[in-house]
Amino acid sequence: MGLLFIEQCLNGLQFGLLLFLLAAGLTLVFGIMDLVNLAHGSLYMLGAYFAATFAALTDSFLLGVVLGLAATLVVGMAVEVVAMRRLYGRDHLDHVLGTFGLILFFNELVRLVWGPAGMSLIPPAWLNRSIEILPGVPYSAYRLSIIVVSLAVALLLYLLVMRTRIGMLIRAGASNREMVGALGVNINLLYTLVFGIGATLAGLAGIMQAQIQTAYVGMGENVLIVALVVIIIGGIGSIRGALVASIFVGLIDTVGRAFLPDMLKLVLSPAAASTAGPALSSMLIYILMVAVLVLRPGGLFPAAGR
Amino acid sequence: MRFPFTARNLLIAAVIALLVLLPVYTALSGNAFFLTLFTRILILALAATSLNLIMGYGGMVSFGHAVYLGIGGYGIGILAFEGISSGFLQWPLAILVSALFALVIGALSLRTRGVYFIMITLALAQMVYYAGVSLSRYGADDGLTINRRSQFSGLIDLSNRTVFYYLCLALLLGTVYLVWRLINSRFGLVIRGAKSNERRMRSIGFPTYRYRLVCFVVAGAICGLAGALLANFTNFISPAMMHWTRSGDLIVMVVLGGMGSVFGPTVGAVALLVLEETLPFLIGKLGFPLFGESAARAAEYWQIVLGPMLLAIALFARGGIVGLLTRTGRD
Repeated sequence: MGLLFIEQCLNGLQFGLLLFLLAAGLTLVFGIMDLVNLAHGSLYMLGAYFAATFAALTDSFLLGVVLGLAATLVVGMAVEVVAMRRLYGRDHLDHVLGTFGLILFFNELVRLVWGPAGMSLIPPAWLNRSIEILPGVPYSAYRLSIIVVSLAVALLLYLLVMRTRIGMLIRAGASNREMVGALGVNINLLYTLVFGIGATLAGLAGIMQAQIQTAYVGMGENVLIVALVVIIIGGIGSIRGALVASIFVGLIDTVGRAFLPDMLKLVLSPAAASTAGPALSSMLIYILMVAVLVLRPGGLFPAAGR
Repeated sequence: MRFPFTARNLLIAAVIALLVLLPVYTALSGNAFFLTLFTRILILALAATSLNLIMGYGGMVSFGHAVYLGIGGYGIGILAFEGISSGFLQWPLAILVSALFALVIGALSLRTRGVYFIMITLALAQMVYYAGVSLSRYGADDGLTINRRSQFSGLIDLSNRTVFYYLCLALLLGTVYLVWRLINSRFGLVIRGAKSNERRMRSIGFPTYRYRLVCFVVAGAICGLAGALLANFTNFISPAMMHWTRSGDLIVMVVLGGMGSVFGPTVGAVALLVLEETLPFLIGKLGFPLFGESAARAAEYWQIVLGPMLLAIALFARGGIVGLLTRTGRD
């Protein structure tokens, strides 16, 4: 029981950090450009497909990942220049309609290019094993690598946003974009860059997920909703909020799914618990979000200026 | 009533004429496919019309509106499963339960604004969705087949396709009229006023929260009616009816047709669903002389055309199809 609990907590942490990669880009785009991007999940999917393809072509896992990330960055920036740029400052509903169209387009494009069957990205041997993290507690090296990489990315993102000139502009853009533009900053380029960073992070999340499950058409939609929940709980535009909320959500979701059905059996009949358990554990993150919104309508870490 | 011949009014008149005369065509041609397709379109148009009431006029963007489709549907399905098939009991109950859910969801969500409102309605709808998944007595994830459509003691025979179609059409047109009356009433003015400047409405003495809540409940009840129709139409209910993608579809219909125009959602529903049905066919037919056999294969991937079309409408046609025609009509 204790071992299982530790393992599930690590899985929860891993899922949470994966969510953070998606949520960080989403919350940046949302906070700075005030854009509801439902197609963020499509970039997550594209990252996975690109990396799997390049890894198969080059016969090298690492090269595949790097090329996959680069390709996602290019697609993300192209999407920004072609479509998103025209949607800034428009009604949120126009964003929903436009990005919904993009989801349809990308899903169908992937089905056309790669076929309806999923695609798997096989981790190399040095990741595809388990290591003992504590004496007597083996854990998948691969999942551990996700935790390490995501934490490193979170740190890099923190340094980028808080310690560099670009980060300063990004933060300034989040609190008052007209003013930043008026001060002579090339706001179009800044937006393209931010969107590209968000796309690359989403692609990275997709690449890492593709090794736990296969990559499939529509893989982005379900995880997108969870990522949206994360940024709402964290407070739109706040990267720190996204990090805290994603770890919270990841832990609650994973641990809830693992233990809630058993806990319900203590109070309900086994038959009732076995059906109510999974449903209730799927609801947990939404219950959390509603509770947060009722108590703190701006999320946990409301970004300044909103 | 004055009837200016603008492009917009002509389009609406054409859509109504098409809807009224469609069963005549299908009866003459013996092709029932269009009747089934358009019955579905009418039901979803009814749901989209109810969404437009809160979204287009009240500024309340609900990303969980399909939940009332599900609740209305489950109202019918559960009662039918338990042996109560009288429509006089089923339908009012389905509508009442939808209204009650809308009351709870609205009371919680209307405390928030903007994007947070969009997301909280989504979250609450997802909860109801998972509650539906856990109803193991009523089929859980797989859904429940309804063996007997609602019985109206011989007054209306729902198993007759044409009768069912005209019932849906009558309910849709009645609802559009109701929404039109509502938004032009004192109540509607308060709702629209609260959309453009809520603080001002409150400061001149209107309890906007209560007005908005009533509006939200009315929309939920209408959508519950659409759910009751949908369950009777497909003879089937499942949690998939209230999945968030269905709510997304409803938003797309409203925005595509034209928000804040009483007929917009109907135009949007017809446009979206007819495109979904005809695009594969059109791509195959138009592409065949140019690309030969590969056009037939490309037709399978029709969404690759639909997606950019929706994007283009979001980018260039503010106010949807009806809005586009309103502008050209004035020029």
